[in-house]
Amino acid sequence: MQRLLLISVFVIATCGLIYELIAGTLASYLLGDSITQFSTIIGTYLFAMGIGSWASAKVDKNLLAFFIRIEILVGLIGGSSAAILFLLFDQVASFRFLLYFIVTVIGILVGIEIPILLRILKDRYEFKDLVSRVFTFDYIGALFASILFPLVLVPHLGLIRSSFMFGTFNVLVALWLLYSLKEPQPWVRLHKIAAGLVLIILTFGFISSDKITSLSESNNFAGHVIFAKSTPYQRIIVTRQQNDIRLYLNSNLQFSSQDEYRYHEALVHPVMSALKAPKNILIIGGGDGLALREILKYPSVGHVTLVDLDPAMTKLFSSSPMLRKLNTDSLHSPKLKIVNADAFMWLKQQRANPPIFDAVFIDLPDPSNFSIGKLYSTAFYGLLHSVMGPDSLAVIQSTSPLVARQSFWCVNNTLRASGFQTAPYHALVPAFGDWGYVIASNRPYTVPTQYPAGLRFIDADTARDMFSFPPDMGPVATKIQRLDDQALIHYFDEEWSKYLIY
Amino acid sequence: MKPTRRQLLYGSGAAALGAALSPFAWDAVKPKKPIPGAIVGANSAFGHRLREGAFPPPIDSGQHEVIIVGSGIAGLSAAYNLDKAGVTDIRLLELEDHSGGNAHSGHNAVSAYPWGAHYVPLLSSESGHIKELFRDFGIITGEDKGLPVYNEDYILNDPDERLFIDGRWQEGLLPTLGVTAEDQVQYKRFLAHMEAFKIERGRDGRRLFAIPIDESSADAETRALDRLTMKNWMLSAGYTSEPLHGFVDYGCRDDFGVRHDEISAYAGIHYFAGRDGKAANTAPDSVLTWPEGNGFLAHKLAAPLSNRIISGALVYSVRETSGGVTVDYWDGHTSRRLTARAVIMAAPRFIAGRLMPELAAPGFTYAPWVVANLTLDKLPEGRGADLAWDNVIKDSPTLGYVVATHQIPQMQPLRTVITYYWPLTHAAPAEARKEALARSYEDWQRLFLSELYRVHPELVGQVRHMDVWLWGHAMIRPVPGFIWGEPRQAALKQTPPVFTAHSDMSGISIFEEAYTHGLKAAQAVRAFLA
Repeated sequence: MQRLLLISVFVIATCGLIYELIAGTLASYLLGDSITQFSTIIGTYLFAMGIGSWASAKVDKNLLAFFIRIEILVGLIGGSSAAILFLLFDQVASFRFLLYFIVTVIGILVGIEIPILLRILKDRYEFKDLVSRVFTFDYIGALFASILFPLVLVPHLGLIRSSFMFGTFNVLVALWLLYSLKEPQPWVRLHKIAAGLVLIILTFGFISSDKITSLSESNNFAGHVIFAKSTPYQRIIVTRQQNDIRLYLNSNLQFSSQDEYRYHEALVHPVMSALKAPKNILIIGGGDGLALREILKYPSVGHVTLVDLDPAMTKLFSSSPMLRKLNTDSLHSPKLKIVNADAFMWLKQQRANPPIFDAVFIDLPDPSNFSIGKLYSTAFYGLLHSVMGPDSLAVIQSTSPLVARQSFWCVNNTLRASGFQTAPYHALVPAFGDWGYVIASNRPYTVPTQYPAGLRFIDADTARDMFSFPPDMGPVATKIQRLDDQALIHYFDEEWSKYLIY
Repeated sequence: MKPTRRQLLYGSGAAALGAALSPFAWDAVKPKKPIPGAIVGANSAFGHRLREGAFPPPIDSGQHEVIIVGSGIAGLSAAYNLDKAGVTDIRLLELEDHSGGNAHSGHNAVSAYPWGAHYVPLLSSESGHIKELFRDFGIITGEDKGLPVYNEDYILNDPDERLFIDGRWQEGLLPTLGVTAEDQVQYKRFLAHMEAFKIERGRDGRRLFAIPIDESSADAETRALDRLTMKNWMLSAGYTSEPLHGFVDYGCRDDFGVRHDEISAYAGIHYFAGRDGKAANTAPDSVLTWPEGNGFLAHKLAAPLSNRIISGALVYSVRETSGGVTVDYWDGHTSRRLTARAVIMAAPRFIAGRLMPELAAPGFTYAPWVVANLTLDKLPEGRGADLAWDNVIKDSPTLGYVVATHQIPQMQPLRTVITYYWPLTHAAPAEARKEALARSYEDWQRLFLSELYRVHPELVGQVRHMDVWLWGHAMIRPVPGFIWGEPRQAALKQTPPVFTAHSDMSGISIFEEAYTHGLKAAQAVRAFLA
């Protein structure tokens, strides 16, 4: 029994440190700034252990049963902590609160473990031997955990699976103790059942970790995957590396927080600043709320309708504190109406009594397949016409004119074939490359010379330059993107596949 | 003799399908509970009552100007055109509980879907008479530079077709994977050959292969093609490429329900060369389609007639009398007699001949088909090419499936209905028909699902509902000698006061032919009544 209890010290010490490391790592993945996250997590954790040690004195009866209960609880909460934090990332209003709450609970439980163990063992060893043995195993366990964590666990198991695995170790310690009790105790049966149940939960969690985020997927992205969700429409992934937050839809990069301001300022301001007092705005796509953030810089704006297919996108960007910070909470603007609908079908439904928008922003994924290609067709632009007045402006993100020159000009030419005048332009967005946009209008467009204060990228000079194209990106004749002949999809596929070889 | 690959593949459709999934694999994927659904469709039991005869004496149920027996496209066309011309006292007698014939369609909460014919090509240069109808129906919306502008909603969306070959999908139906340079050369030559046929005119100034077929040139050397099979013509013209033969065979089974080694070369070429339609706003090879297929056209034609269509009416006797024609039918309970000044027999000839022996035409044979509609909780996927409208599986006895939601511009419908087409060409029609009628719903489920799961393992567990329709006599079979032979020419003769209208009179079962015969019959009836 003594030896068993000393081995338990080693196991619980390892587990305890692993939970701390997992919490610290997840915090720095999810919230960035690893120095702050690690030091506050370690501080909170140690402090909570102190609370646990203090509280351990209140326990007097049946110390062994109590210790076993603590083990089962640590196993359950510590073991599922990573999965809980990951899954609740977009669900709770204050993620930080949840994080420190869980860390505190685990810390308290872990803090109770050693003092109780010392007291269980106090009659079997001399005091000096007891303290020396227990703390020796404690520190060896800590060393073991700190080496295992970065070298084996994170790269080969991932955080969620590691956490479930160490949870099962805690529970196994409890079960081992239960089964090695010589004299039968009345409380043993219930404890065995509880331990068994928790073991099943943790094993199930371990097996289904891949559903939460697969390790192979984590390895495909530059940063750490901090949010992953498969919706009926797409796979949404948010990654973070230091302060760079990135959104991927079906593995295609949608923005990097490092330079998205360039992309979104270039998308929004050449249109918004060219209008006298734009009131009624339509955004198609753009569920991240970033284009909206720029649009709301104009006080004349009264109503914004945002049509995004996937409710999971607008929910994510309106609930995660980290992402709300990025879009300055634009998705909670009282001026905003979110419509989770298919843009084509929604525009079609408006045909009977079409609202007129002063500005329309079409911020859709690139035309990489026939489904999304419909939203780049003459038929779609025909519907766009019906919600625009004579002075309205629309802008369409149109892939890279450098990488996919034909694709870019195909969007431009399709807009022209749909009866629009066009003003194509481009801006350098390092995460994407040299990126293209096309403004569609019913009257000739003039580049504005005045912009709102405080923009980081767009000013009169930058804006003017965006409308000139060097020879390697200049206009080319292309086919027109039609529903019955999606030329753009073929251009796009050909041009980008060539580019990605290098 | 060693069997060729083709013989092995088409030796028996059922065997080929069975081999697609070993029994073990089927056990692994077969649904735990049978997928809800049934064998629906053509009321063969009711129809077969005709053979037994012995109907109670009819009750006199009134007199009309014109009775039309059958409300497929030909019957609807006749009625629609008579009605438009002011002959409104008409009745259509329909065996089934719905009109539309081969253009029948269904619908559920997910989508409308076809049960038969599901597209029409752009109107050929000889189809001016159909243009007016298409304008009335909003299918043609205007004209630009002398060419019709078609309604964009009805022009087939891209991607139109893909082929499953060697475990992956490719765009288009001519195999491009694993074919030789010689194959490619023959593809090119064949397609150019068909393009040349498309515009070539005979000494009488008519196209060699026109739609409607009776507008074609009378040149003897072209008509002589009707005496060859398509396969033999191809071989004699130097087309030996196996994938090319597969492609042409597919086309023949698709449009006629007849294999290319059994079909008239004239008909086979007509499939490729007849459609010379052009449009201002789409490519010449485009087609028009709707989620419910040609059910769209059937509904439009039937709309003004709905109160004059008597469904569930088994006509068992049509007789000329001094006062006109009497038509006796049984409605399941009662026999009734209608009298009319003229009758249009718009039923297939094998039925018309049973009702009036003088219309009997033993040379007319019909291809049996099976169509299955599957409601899916998930869209089919596949590596290599995006989901298309028409999804063809190489070397399958079925023709593959058509996606009902394809024309809906929604970016990603989450559910859909797919329609599998299967012309039963592996045996002689009568034999195949008998075999099909003997199969249970479970048999069909096994056949179609093993075919589906072989190509789409991701759909296991995603099939919500499945219905199967047996068309015992789906299409007239243009076997060699039929199109320009005696029996068809004889069948074209009208014998007032009984007129005939059906696509089988053309030897090819397409909308334009059925509509044209209906229109012509309506015109002939009007002349007769006047």
